[in-house]
Amino acid sequence: MAWQWFHRLGSPKWFYEKTGPWLPWLGFISIALILIGSTWGLAFGPSEAKQGNSARIIYIHVPTAVLSMAGYYVMAIAGAIGLIWRMKLSFMVMKAAAPIGAILTFLALFTGAVWGKPTWGTWWVWDGRITSMVVLFLLYLGIVALQEAYQNQDTADKICAVLALVGMVNIPIIYKSVDWWYTLHQPASLKLTGKSSIDPSMAYPLLLMILAFYIFYTWVLLMRTRVEILKREQKTTWVKDLVARG
Amino acid sequence: MKFQFADFSSFLWMNGHGPFVWGCYLVVFIGLAFLALEPRFQRQRFIKQQKNLARRNVSQAVSEQASGSSEGA
Repeated sequence: MAWQWFHRLGSPKWFYEKTGPWLPWLGFISIALILIGSTWGLAFGPSEAKQGNSARIIYIHVPTAVLSMAGYYVMAIAGAIGLIWRMKLSFMVMKAAAPIGAILTFLALFTGAVWGKPTWGTWWVWDGRITSMVVLFLLYLGIVALQEAYQNQDTADKICAVLALVGMVNIPIIYKSVDWWYTLHQPASLKLTGKSSIDPSMAYPLLLMILAFYIFYTWVLLMRTRVEILKREQKTTWVKDLVARG
Repeated sequence: MKFQFADFSSFLWMNGHGPFVWGCYLVVFIGLAFLALEPRFQRQRFIKQQKNLARRNVSQAVSEQASGSSEGA
């Protein structure tokens, strides 16, 4: 039963048809939650005792950083599934995930730099966390560039999957960098295991924003994957019918 | 839940941190809007291209058929 589901998931046509109705809901819920979370954090959340109002950047900095790392796992796992089971669809997911991850990583770096100026007195320091995030950004850009560099899609998919898997070693480094090299970057204040050091009045809007960004990520990943499906399946009857319907 | 500022102008200014905070939110929202809209434009572009291609193929087939029938006559 589980395998039947897995094989069906590998069918681009099945995936395209099933995910279509989800899109408006995912879009609506994610945008609504992002607006609620941003308003909560900007206007109703308390200012931080030492950093003042600049700490309100946390509500977009942390979700973009979390999703840039989670998105890398999505991309690398999709690449691994493509390599192991030769599933076309997972390579399409991998390709779709790369530019999303690149933009989210850029946003995490940008918001971190702007937050650094009023907090640390500098836009940028080459500490462990920021450097490993720059490496993540370059890995995403590398995968986007490699996809465009090869005429043969099959070769591009395989090489990108290998690069994505090799680059996965960077994710635990990013996560642990603030503990291994203690510099300007503060250690994680929100923890899955153990007690979080952030006050609930700030933690709740932050958690809401992280949830909103996860739903947003799912939404845009599905949209991009569906476009990739259309491009790669353009010679099939079902795509021709879909194009004819308009 | 209480509004944390005395008035709207202090909400915008945020004790001097306003430009940093609002600048970040603006750039992130532009990035998110791009991520949400770009696949829609890509899809529209793809459908338009495929329709043009199909139209060109049909007109090519018709002209080939017409030239073939005139040669036959």
